[in-house]
Amino acid sequence: MSDDKPFIHPYIPNSLPEVKEQMLKEIGVRSLDELYADIPERLRFRGRMDLPEPLTSEAALKRHVETILGRNRSCAEALSFLGGGCWPHYVPAVCDEINRRSEFLTAYAGEPYEDHGRFQALFEYESLMAELVDMDVVNVPTFDWCQAASTSVRMAGRITKRAEALVVDTIGPDRLRVMENYCRGVMSLAPVRHDPVTGGMDLEDLAAKFTDNTAAVYFENPSYLGFLETQGQRIAGIAHARGGLCVVGVDPISLGILAPPGHYGADIVCGDIQPLGIHMNFGGGQGGFIATRDEQRFVMEYPSRLFGIAKTAVEGEWGFGDVAYDRTSFGVREQGKEFVGTAAALWGITAGVYLALMGPQGMRELGQHILQKSQYAAKAIARLPGVKAPRFQSPHFKEFVVDFSATGKTAVDINRALLGRGIFGGKDLGPDFPGLAGCALYCVTEVHTKADIDALAAALGEVVR
Amino acid sequence: MKLRAFHQAKWDEEVIFELSEKGERGILVPPVEKGIEDEVGDGISALPVSLRRQAPPALPEISQMRVLKHYLRLSQHTLGADLNVDIGQGTCTVKYNPKINDILAASPKAAELHPLQDESTVQGALEIMYRTDLFLRELSGLDRFSFQPASGSAAILAMASIIQAWHESRGEGASRDEVMTTIFSHPSDAAAAAVKGYKVVTIHQTEDGLPDIEALKRAVSERTAGLLITNPEDTGIFNPQIDEITGIVNAAGGLCGYDQANANGILGVTRAREAGFDMCFFNLHKTFGTPHGCGGPACGALGVSRSLSEFLPVPVVDLQGGTYTLRSDLKNTIGKVRSFYGVFPAILRAYAWIMSLGERGLREAANVAVLNNNYILEKVKKIRGASAPFAPGRHRIEQVRYSWEKMTKETGVTTEDVALRMADFGFHLWSSHHPFIVPEPFTIEPTESYSKAEIDEYLAALNKISGEAYEDPAKVKGAPYRSVVHRIDQAWFDDPAKWAITWRSYLKKHGKSV
Repeated sequence: MSDDKPFIHPYIPNSLPEVKEQMLKEIGVRSLDELYADIPERLRFRGRMDLPEPLTSEAALKRHVETILGRNRSCAEALSFLGGGCWPHYVPAVCDEINRRSEFLTAYAGEPYEDHGRFQALFEYESLMAELVDMDVVNVPTFDWCQAASTSVRMAGRITKRAEALVVDTIGPDRLRVMENYCRGVMSLAPVRHDPVTGGMDLEDLAAKFTDNTAAVYFENPSYLGFLETQGQRIAGIAHARGGLCVVGVDPISLGILAPPGHYGADIVCGDIQPLGIHMNFGGGQGGFIATRDEQRFVMEYPSRLFGIAKTAVEGEWGFGDVAYDRTSFGVREQGKEFVGTAAALWGITAGVYLALMGPQGMRELGQHILQKSQYAAKAIARLPGVKAPRFQSPHFKEFVVDFSATGKTAVDINRALLGRGIFGGKDLGPDFPGLAGCALYCVTEVHTKADIDALAAALGEVVR
Repeated sequence: MKLRAFHQAKWDEEVIFELSEKGERGILVPPVEKGIEDEVGDGISALPVSLRRQAPPALPEISQMRVLKHYLRLSQHTLGADLNVDIGQGTCTVKYNPKINDILAASPKAAELHPLQDESTVQGALEIMYRTDLFLRELSGLDRFSFQPASGSAAILAMASIIQAWHESRGEGASRDEVMTTIFSHPSDAAAAAVKGYKVVTIHQTEDGLPDIEALKRAVSERTAGLLITNPEDTGIFNPQIDEITGIVNAAGGLCGYDQANANGILGVTRAREAGFDMCFFNLHKTFGTPHGCGGPACGALGVSRSLSEFLPVPVVDLQGGTYTLRSDLKNTIGKVRSFYGVFPAILRAYAWIMSLGERGLREAANVAVLNNNYILEKVKKIRGASAPFAPGRHRIEQVRYSWEKMTKETGVTTEDVALRMADFGFHLWSSHHPFIVPEPFTIEPTESYSKAEIDEYLAALNKISGEAYEDPAKVKGAPYRSVVHRIDQAWFDDPAKWAITWRSYLKKHGKSV
């Protein structure tokens, strides 16, 4: 730090000595250190930090970071069939064009005047998602599906004034862990069994466990394990008959072709918007949505920002702003509903762009495309000796469980062998689902060609032989 | 200082549903190859009728260039930091987000990584997480970081979760049911603790603007679970008794969590360790220059002392024999607070930020942020009708909470009026978090990113508006004139019969015309 040469960095304009001097003079102090007079010596850090020498030139920085990133082998350089909460879908160029715009990328929390576009883009995101989910209210995105499901269950708890929720035991493992931590101390979660043959919820178990203290039942459709829950209406019926709510997690990219959960009785719908035009980003592309009917008892329990449309002082002009702000923690701190803050707004804007590009026809065609491709893949894999696919006897959407247990090989062995052939095999399910040892979760979408799927089947054929 | 004759773009743009033309397409889906159709048919027949969508979603139908144009126009209706002197959103640390870091984050080597890939294929990503953890240990004095919390509020929730799990592990989970915070700490320090079921005890400030330490002494007891606090608080006043505060809470048996969402003025100057904290977090989208993205995606990097490292969310990144690996077997882990490992693009950008600046540059950034702030303080105090409540004559750290109270009393012009008038000059001006302890508040945080000339221009706009308030208050109260829209009818936002959170809801409640 005793370096005499001034440190002129492109990111810090006022590090020029003469500017500093002038500003210090205007403040009326002699040194920068005087400005820290309130920090007593015992709290000062006077040591050196063990940080590397900086790469102050952009060229050197770029080279350094690219060298490290070069140690990655991305899904663009392999044939990947990984899903499980983060999925490969085609990202339209316009989605990237919009979310990389300086105006959106570097905006934050301005007023609905100079940041009118931010408010409108997020209002439109809410509106486009509302059509897809067929609900009247959608929030400004939260962190991810895990958070959306956690908040949905907490909302159900407040709406029903009940302190327990039932959760299907085929739920995504990350989701369950986030929900358990989020509910701890306030609500309890109990599992509902699934039918080992179909994968669907065991309705007898549900009926036995749903009590007067149960706020809601939560299940996923498509399930984390890929199969579709065909008993939605009956599940919702059991919850409603006992004065509870039905909360359903959904993959929104399925909704051009699959019935939205509200059609079979869901009261609160949640899920992840990453499939809608957002790159996988090592799991950094997630964004959570929550959707409900436009009833006060639901709307007033959202913790999130809800952007609404309004008139302005000028006839014919649209304005936007916060609906029912005083329910939020921004308005009333711990008296508000849970908490609100920075989450995943840019991904919300991006998902809006995606839905605007796709339109009703695109979403329907894409849904059908994925159904056909994943059915084809399951069929091709099922032909291999000793391999069962899909494991559950229910229709599936884009993911399905492949059971290798009869081949004598573990999912780990198989994935290692596939990796040697340039293929990222499906997620090993054994560690999270003890009943599914030897099984893996495969994901097939529109990014996979028939040749890709045939190559996978051929490679698996060699590996399991 | 000349004020520029700014006018924001005003496209009078439609709501996107109004652009729909039946049959238009924005992008096409690849056709399914023939061999597949032969094998599985239409795919839909495999679904029970009850699971098939009957009517298509009522999404708009718009050709590609029109979608692009719509969103580009909306972007022009948005005032990002890259376009303005973004010092008026105090507490938010809106600084320069280097473009090179965006380019690195957009690389397929980062953007096309799946989080469940074999660890051997993501060594570069894990290395970046591991090394950034090491850097933040140096900057905080704490012993291990997790990047899983996807915002500052999420990191606060994680700290409250660790407080809960720690007391449970010692058999005091039920009896310790109170969390302390202060009124000038972020609302989430109170709200996220309440999410975990804690009773929140809020300590107010004394006349000097700092938390009432005697009130804290009276408040702590065997019920105290922990403390969640910022320092400097929103006032920008550094609390020199912070170690006494953490000592009081520690002595009562509570854990202390430091909300360092914004550590921009003190990086390298004072650390969580020396102040006696057990935990802290840094918002990478504030202090470490990753973009705010209209409100995320983001990262609240959570650090803990050694005794709490087994409580962190899982997985954490380890280095074993030259190989980076994800480790989930932490004995007391709170589990997870987000899917996978957090927002990797933010971690990558923060890594690049630290690598570009190094120790000297990070200290320089802090010093210049403080210099800029105290320069503004001197100037704002001279603006007619403005004041800087609390701690007269003292310097501030990274921001100041000011007040227009005098101006409002003398002219009727409020903070909100000034904020809307600032839009006419291409600037933001933020009031403050609720409740408004400081009357007619506004909060300025200049960071290190803006030149003196830019700061002077911002100050000139404040001066100009103050002059208008005293000479022609109606002018200020009629603003904005050169922004995108005019005063918005607030009655639509709190009336359930009127509010419309989606376009379909608007059509149901209000019909077609405005």
